[in-house]
Amino acid sequence: MPDAASQVTIQETDPGMPAIRMENVDKWFGHFQALKNIDLEVDRGDKIVVCGPSGSGKSTLIRCINQLETVQRGRIFVDGIELTAGPKNVEKIRREVGMVFQQFNLFPHMTVLQNCMLAPMKVRGVKRAEAEETARRYLARVKIPEQAEKYPAQLSGGQQQRVAIARALCMNPKVMLFDEPTSALDPEMVQEVLDTMIDLAQEGMTMVVVTHEMGFARKVADRVVFMDKGEIVETGDPETFFSNPRHQRTRTFLGQIGGTQ
Amino acid sequence: MIRSFGANEFWFIVLAAQWTVALSAVAFTGGALGGLAIALARISQTALLRYPAIGYVRLFQGTPLLMQLFLVFFGFNIFNVSMSPWGAAAIALTLHASAFLGEIWRGCIQAVPGGQFEASWALGLKYYDRMRYVVLPQAAKIAVAPTVGFLVQLIKGTSLASIIGFVELTRAGQIVNNATFAPFTVFGLVAALYFILCWPLSLLARNLEQRFSVATRR
Ligand SMILES: Nc1ncnc2c1ncn2[C@@H]1O[C@H](COP(=O)(O)OP(=O)(O)O)[C@@H](O)[C@H]1O
Ligand SMILES: [Mg+2]
Repeated sequence: MPDAASQVTIQETDPGMPAIRMENVDKWFGHFQALKNIDLEVDRGDKIVVCGPSGSGKSTLIRCINQLETVQRGRIFVDGIELTAGPKNVEKIRREVGMVFQQFNLFPHMTVLQNCMLAPMKVRGVKRAEAEETARRYLARVKIPEQAEKYPAQLSGGQQQRVAIARALCMNPKVMLFDEPTSALDPEMVQEVLDTMIDLAQEGMTMVVVTHEMGFARKVADRVVFMDKGEIVETGDPETFFSNPRHQRTRTFLGQIGGTQ
Repeated sequence: MIRSFGANEFWFIVLAAQWTVALSAVAFTGGALGGLAIALARISQTALLRYPAIGYVRLFQGTPLLMQLFLVFFGFNIFNVSMSPWGAAAIALTLHASAFLGEIWRGCIQAVPGGQFEASWALGLKYYDRMRYVVLPQAAKIAVAPTVGFLVQLIKGTSLASIIGFVELTRAGQIVNNATFAPFTVFGLVAALYFILCWPLSLLARNLEQRFSVATRR
């Protein structure tokens, strides 16, 4: 069923609003503060790379953007709609925000095609034939049209992650979030996934990508955000960020991952 | 007057097995519906659903099935509602099966990796679709073996309904034994019939388990 309410809201959104905006966001897990006073604005079409040491809060940050994590303080807007204002908005926004996980999280009991068709049919009310056509189109775009009838476990890691990207794209999202999409892959499969993401970036998708692939960051990022201990330490365009980082913590981190070479 | 154990007695017992099957089928079907509700309530975010479900499960897991049968059977009669042994047995075993299946299935749902829930949230799937298409099908694969295992327990558990006077397999055996005094023959036959009911289920469980593990591995 088409959800009239959501369409109205989307038409009403102010095109001048940034795609994502986080204001003074604090997040605690019990007594542990995972995010400290986060301010972040992502314009439409922007590509943001988030990096930082393990445990610095990168996953938590992007999981707040589609409210897989709730926050205790601050406001989060996606596409001009305030997520922190209530569960109804969360439902509306989740379907507009695609997410790609480190562990792919494909549905193992469904074929690749079924994985890609489920949400469009159930959430957007798209007819089966149309959902299939869309799915096949995106599978072709991530260069695995011939795998449509297979089950996820029959695919390589790189192929599974490309299916996960296609699955998210089938919802025609306004924003795509990636949480270390290549970290669980064998090295020889990293590039095929990065290439898919580069294609997507060049088509103008708004993207927030947690990754340590600095080559990717250099190539597509409009801004690189460096996090440490729950804070955004430094933000900059890739050129400045890599060649001339302002903070010692950033330099130490870049030294460790070899990003300055 | 002692009768000898003949064809009539034999068929009386064999045909009584249909009541064991009927009672098991009713209790299992009712228990499956109740169990699904209990399992979903147990994992609900809402404390108002979760805590009553936990209490229900604790109560039925912590008391003997026989007491549950007595309480239902005599409970209705106290309130002057006449309740047949069949009705009482069906209700008590349904409540019992709901608690146990609820607990088994809760475990199976929670065994589905968290990433599956997260992926379905992230795609915007609502509760019903998330459960119906993503979570429950995966939980079901894990649930097959323990569920059939419980069904075997349930079939054997229906023998307790004999105590409130419901004539199923065990009660039929008692009746025939009272007339024939051939306990070894009678209860040997009764046991054999239970075995014939339960053993194929055990085989089925093993078979399904293997089939599903192949399906998930592919
Ligand atoms: N569900 C959770 N419960 C408690 N602590 C958590 C949870 N998720 C993350 N954390 C903690 O929050 C911090 C940030 O985690 P995360 O955002 O996953 O870091 P990153 O993705 O940068 O490695 C870590 O110290 C982690 O242990
Ligand atoms: Mg992480």
